[in-house]
Amino acid sequence: MDTHELLRTLADAPGPAGRESTICDILMDLWRPLVDDIHVDAMGSLIALQQGTLPDTGDRRAVMAAAHMDEIGLIVTGIERGFLRIHALGGVDRRVLLGLEVRVHGRSELPGVIGSRPPHVLPASERRKVLLWHELFVDVGLPEEEVKRLVRVGDHITIHQTVTALKNGRAAGKAMDNRACVAALTLTLEALRHRAHAWDFYAVATVQEEVGVKGAITSAYGVAPDLAVALDVTFAIQHNDSDPGAFELGKGPTIGVGPNCHPQIVTRLNEAAAADEVPTTIEPLPGSSGTDAWGIQVAREGIPCGLISIPVRYMHQPVEVVELKDIERTSRLLAGFVVRLESDYIPKWEDAAAADAEEEAPSGKDAASADASEEAHA
Amino acid sequence: MSDLITHLEALSNAPGISGDEIEVRRIIRPLIKDSVDDLRVDPMGNLIAYRAGTGASPLRVLITAHMDEVGLMVIGHHEDGSLKIDTVGGIPARLLPGLSVRVGKKSLPGVIGLQAIHRAGGSDKAPSISQLAVDIGAKSKDEAERLAPVGTSIVFATRFQTIGNSCLGKALDDRAGCAILVDLLLGERFPFDVYGVFTVQEEVGLRGAHVAAYTVEPDYGITLESTLADDLPKEEADVSPTTELDKGPAITVMDRSYITPPRLLRHFVRVAEVAGLPFQFKQPGIGGTDSGGVHRAKAGVPAITVAIPCRYIHSPVSLLRQSDLIATARLVNAGVRQLATQDLHTIG
Repeated sequence: MDTHELLRTLADAPGPAGRESTICDILMDLWRPLVDDIHVDAMGSLIALQQGTLPDTGDRRAVMAAAHMDEIGLIVTGIERGFLRIHALGGVDRRVLLGLEVRVHGRSELPGVIGSRPPHVLPASERRKVLLWHELFVDVGLPEEEVKRLVRVGDHITIHQTVTALKNGRAAGKAMDNRACVAALTLTLEALRHRAHAWDFYAVATVQEEVGVKGAITSAYGVAPDLAVALDVTFAIQHNDSDPGAFELGKGPTIGVGPNCHPQIVTRLNEAAAADEVPTTIEPLPGSSGTDAWGIQVAREGIPCGLISIPVRYMHQPVEVVELKDIERTSRLLAGFVVRLESDYIPKWEDAAAADAEEEAPSGKDAASADASEEAHA
Repeated sequence: MSDLITHLEALSNAPGISGDEIEVRRIIRPLIKDSVDDLRVDPMGNLIAYRAGTGASPLRVLITAHMDEVGLMVIGHHEDGSLKIDTVGGIPARLLPGLSVRVGKKSLPGVIGLQAIHRAGGSDKAPSISQLAVDIGAKSKDEAERLAPVGTSIVFATRFQTIGNSCLGKALDDRAGCAILVDLLLGERFPFDVYGVFTVQEEVGLRGAHVAAYTVEPDYGITLESTLADDLPKEEADVSPTTELDKGPAITVMDRSYITPPRLLRHFVRVAEVAGLPFQFKQPGIGGTDSGGVHRAKAGVPAITVAIPCRYIHSPVSLLRQSDLIATARLVNAGVRQLATQDLHTIG
């Protein structure tokens, strides 16, 4: 599938946190032919399974890759003379709202505009103000009675923005956070369909990441993987931001390091990147990664996690910019990581692995099992 | 009348910032060329359509609607390939972040983004224009200069749409006026000579209308506008909406650029009342219109502005009612037609 087309299909679709059904249906159709099993969990996350390609001996291990499919949005808080009062759904940037086109997901889908008073009537100081929530409203251009019939408090609103191609294989649109990664995950499913992998591979499109990684927490519990990799976006260098913590567009995804990322998974991601010649950058994350990995890591008894991130400019604005190559590289990195998981591999801390090895008494066993797994992959 | 909306759609989608109105002329010319007696472009870029009258009246009437829209211009290039910009016409900079735009003749997609809110320290101060840039995906200053040299025009990417009785789109100020002027030029011949002028550079100082009035030397100047409707939710009681949607054409008593001669004002009010057409007065004092350019041409021209009330003008998406647009077209048609019976020499 053409990456730009795929991204457009995914990013143009509405999926505000808590109302992901539209994007979920689209993904269900895209993924179904690629997987052995697919279902939606109680929270709304889409969970697809590609079984491992070795005969099942009952202890096949599972790796979960998660990308959130929800996007930030707005929610109707009241109707006043036919105008909709609104509030944020997730980390909305009020600085960009004025003058935007939106879609109101009421009894039917309505176009609307986030209105602002004409500059002609405002004093200069007012014209430079970023409006507060109680000063913002949406105008759907319909008479009050019709608005009341079609829209209710609690209805979701998404920004209306179609993905457009920029120069140099870049694309701009809303919800690149995180449809860019949902696209990478889709490409990974396509790639793994034709490659041997010992482990079961769960692709999960999670819900409600933007309001506190809710879908990651619950889907990780349900899937109960042996390890997980989250895919999300990170900050890209842009004309008004080149501070540390921002990464070049088009130089490949980042691999997270820090408390959220198990060192052995980091090592394996780096090895896969090197082996498959995928350019990557290390992204230091001293605390919360603010991604699904943060939720998955503490599911059940704890799940070793890795994090791959795609640099995106203008995050949480309707014109997030991504470079398509970085999406393709992310899927190659993830697929390369998954196919290299040996059937008996289990991520272990170095000291624990050493203690285990001592206990089992050194023989030729480790080398033998490594050989066996290599044979299996051949 | 449904042609009004079809024409408005094409006009709204066309790019045409002040000084670069050629694409708008390209839309208008084929629409009217078969029904006018002369069509030419003056040195400023005004499109001047002459339509001879039936001979019943010696008057010469100028009707204007401006083609230009507010937008942006490339004024330089950053090392990283993004474009430095300034506004053309009155756009508050706070409207620009987060927008999709179209750059230059080839309509290259571009975007205007801020530093991510996560990293910007939650600033509540809107950026100034010098802090903003357009990103077209170029990777270097050289590439950006090649794709969008200094002076390149930039417009909002908004596409026209209708919902119910409303139209949403960019540049409804004043493409809605242009649509009505097209309609007038396609309709029944007037008793007198009419010069329909699609003006340039209204948004940077009513400049096209001024020279057009010099050229045409009319007895009356009628300006068709889309004017601001500030009938929006407000903290306090709303005493100055300027104009309101659903109340029909806004007849201007005065704005910042001119005062309507009382007899012209009375004429349009009487025509509306006799015909039972809706109308409202635009609250005086706000905005400027082509009448301000027309009324001071040569020895002076009695001028009046009649406008469609429009929300969110000078923003990426403006909104007007089709019923207001149609009612404005009707009032202007009737009002202009009946000028033939006006006594030119009664002052006051």
